Amino acid sequence: MTTAYWELFSHPADIGIRGVGPTKEEAFAQAAIALTAVITDPEKVRPREVVEIVCIEQDDELLFMKWLSSLLYEMDTRGMLFSRFEIEPIEGGLRARAWGEPVDVERHEPAVEVKAATYAGLKVKKDDAGNWLAQCIVDV
Amino acid sequence: MFAQKLQKQAEAQWRIEPFDRMHVPVVVFADEELIREMDEQVYLQAANVAALPGIVKASYAMADAHWGYGFPIGGVAAFDPDAGGIISAGGVGFDISCGVRALRTGLTYDQIQGNEKELADVLARRIPAGVGSEGKVRLSSLEMDDMLMGGALWAVEQGYGTRTDLKYTEENGRMLGAEPRYVSDHAKQRQEKEVGTLGSGNHYLEVQRVTAVYDEAIGKAFGLALNDVTVMIHCGSRGLGHQIATDYAPRMIKAASEHGLELADRELACAPIKSDVGRQYYGAMCAGINCALANRQVLTHLTREAFAKLFPRAELTLLYDVSHNTCKVEEHEIDGKRKKLYVHRKGATRAFGPGHPSLPEDLKPVGQPVLIGGTMGTASYILTGTEEGMDLAFGSCCHGAGRAMSRSAATKRWHGKDIVMHLAQKGIVIKGSSMRGIAEEAPGAYKDVSVVVDATEKAGLARKVARLEPLVCVKG
Repeated sequence: MTTAYWELFSHPADIGIRGVGPTKEEAFAQAAIALTAVITDPEKVRPREVVEIVCIEQDDELLFMKWLSSLLYEMDTRGMLFSRFEIEPIEGGLRARAWGEPVDVERHEPAVEVKAATYAGLKVKKDDAGNWLAQCIVDV
Repeated sequence: MFAQKLQKQAEAQWRIEPFDRMHVPVVVFADEELIREMDEQVYLQAANVAALPGIVKASYAMADAHWGYGFPIGGVAAFDPDAGGIISAGGVGFDISCGVRALRTGLTYDQIQGNEKELADVLARRIPAGVGSEGKVRLSSLEMDDMLMGGALWAVEQGYGTRTDLKYTEENGRMLGAEPRYVSDHAKQRQEKEVGTLGSGNHYLEVQRVTAVYDEAIGKAFGLALNDVTVMIHCGSRGLGHQIATDYAPRMIKAASEHGLELADRELACAPIKSDVGRQYYGAMCAGINCALANRQVLTHLTREAFAKLFPRAELTLLYDVSHNTCKVEEHEIDGKRKKLYVHRKGATRAFGPGHPSLPEDLKPVGQPVLIGGTMGTASYILTGTEEGMDLAFGSCCHGAGRAMSRSAATKRWHGKDIVMHLAQKGIVIKGSSMRGIAEEAPGAYKDVSVVVDATEKAGLARKVARLEPLVCVKG
């Protein structure tokens, strides 16, 4: 059993996000922290408000796309950044809670906004040891 | 493997003959230096595009081409609706109608010299830029649809600019064919606070100085002379465009499979032009183009206000506005016959030659102004379209420098503060809210824009008119 973690990986023009965890949902939650890390240091984002997100999609990879796209939509329309996530599986998809706060330019110093999650480098899979990985490249 | 298949065809023009599933060749416009440095992925992606149904003539890669999603960035491809041709969200990109507009200011360098910092401050205060910034224009849902139908014309009707501005904007500022009903509520909601915002990443507003005029006659026709001060605005369709791309990609992946199209890469997401999804995407994308045109028009107004504060005698007139992420229906000559084609330009600029009917009368003798943005430390260029280019690549050319280094590599190599200081020594004032953002956009992370522009000229796609160097840069 691995501990859950997230990381960014390199792409010539944009940037890749990756989450790893013991369950698919944990890998998705870690990848969401990586998404925030593209914009700012997730440690700087205080988990003060919660937003609930539900995504329905059978295919794991398309579900991951839907999850990231829903988060981007919430970030954009609410002007928020998120740093803590809890995801549970539901019939045909997932239900998530995302904690964060409104963007504070002085404190967060956001480097760049993420335009979209892309199908490039998209992978959601479980390895032989039972660890889940979820990743893709995001367009900035 | 692809690089070995490249054959030199002409000056700055290379070709990969069709093989396997390719219907047409790949044509790359670049000099030896750019070819040596070009990512193998560019050829692979251009070859994947060459295998899409209904593609006409060739799959093109411009001198600044780099690895994109599905289509290479710097890719041009035209599809024939009567030959099963497709339309692709991946062929347009996530930032629909991202583009550049250039304004003359009526000022010369000596008139603003010494006031650059003040000008930078005023611009930075007026222009909403960066993550989380909000525009001053708020739209109800009815107004949103009006904006998506009207583009820059809508913005002018609201008081943001003049009718003359429209004349010097592609499509006269308004893309016909927009169908706001095919734009999702999510996309519209993302735009509610983002009309008249610059965005982030490689988007910017720059005050520049003309440091070279290569063609006096055309420079005169464009109203450009040595030491003139100009403004360049680089941005796109903001959240609305991003959401349209996000919404249609999965629909197109599904449609492609229903129509028996095998995609080498899911980012090639496409649907037949003559299908419901294809038609709906086209209507939504045209609305996205209008959103970008309206956005750049509102930003133009804000820029005029900022200049008026410091330089009451300044008169900001629009030189031209180009979009470099689009799919447009255009007539081109194929085997001696005029055909209506769906021309995708992804990170590529339309560059129509002299005499083209879509150009305003005063530009018809010289061709369309082509605006090539550089980085905050280097130069930008203004070129003009050529007659030759119409035949070479459907009247298209490069769009910028093109990245040479990843964002993470750039932040490892440079610090934002050092870049700001280094550029200050060169007399360039940078305004940006994030030092990391500035490091990610370091001039050294890009290809040399001069090399890209020279290769474009050598290939005959466009001709150099003027070089512009930055004085003030407001980073998105």
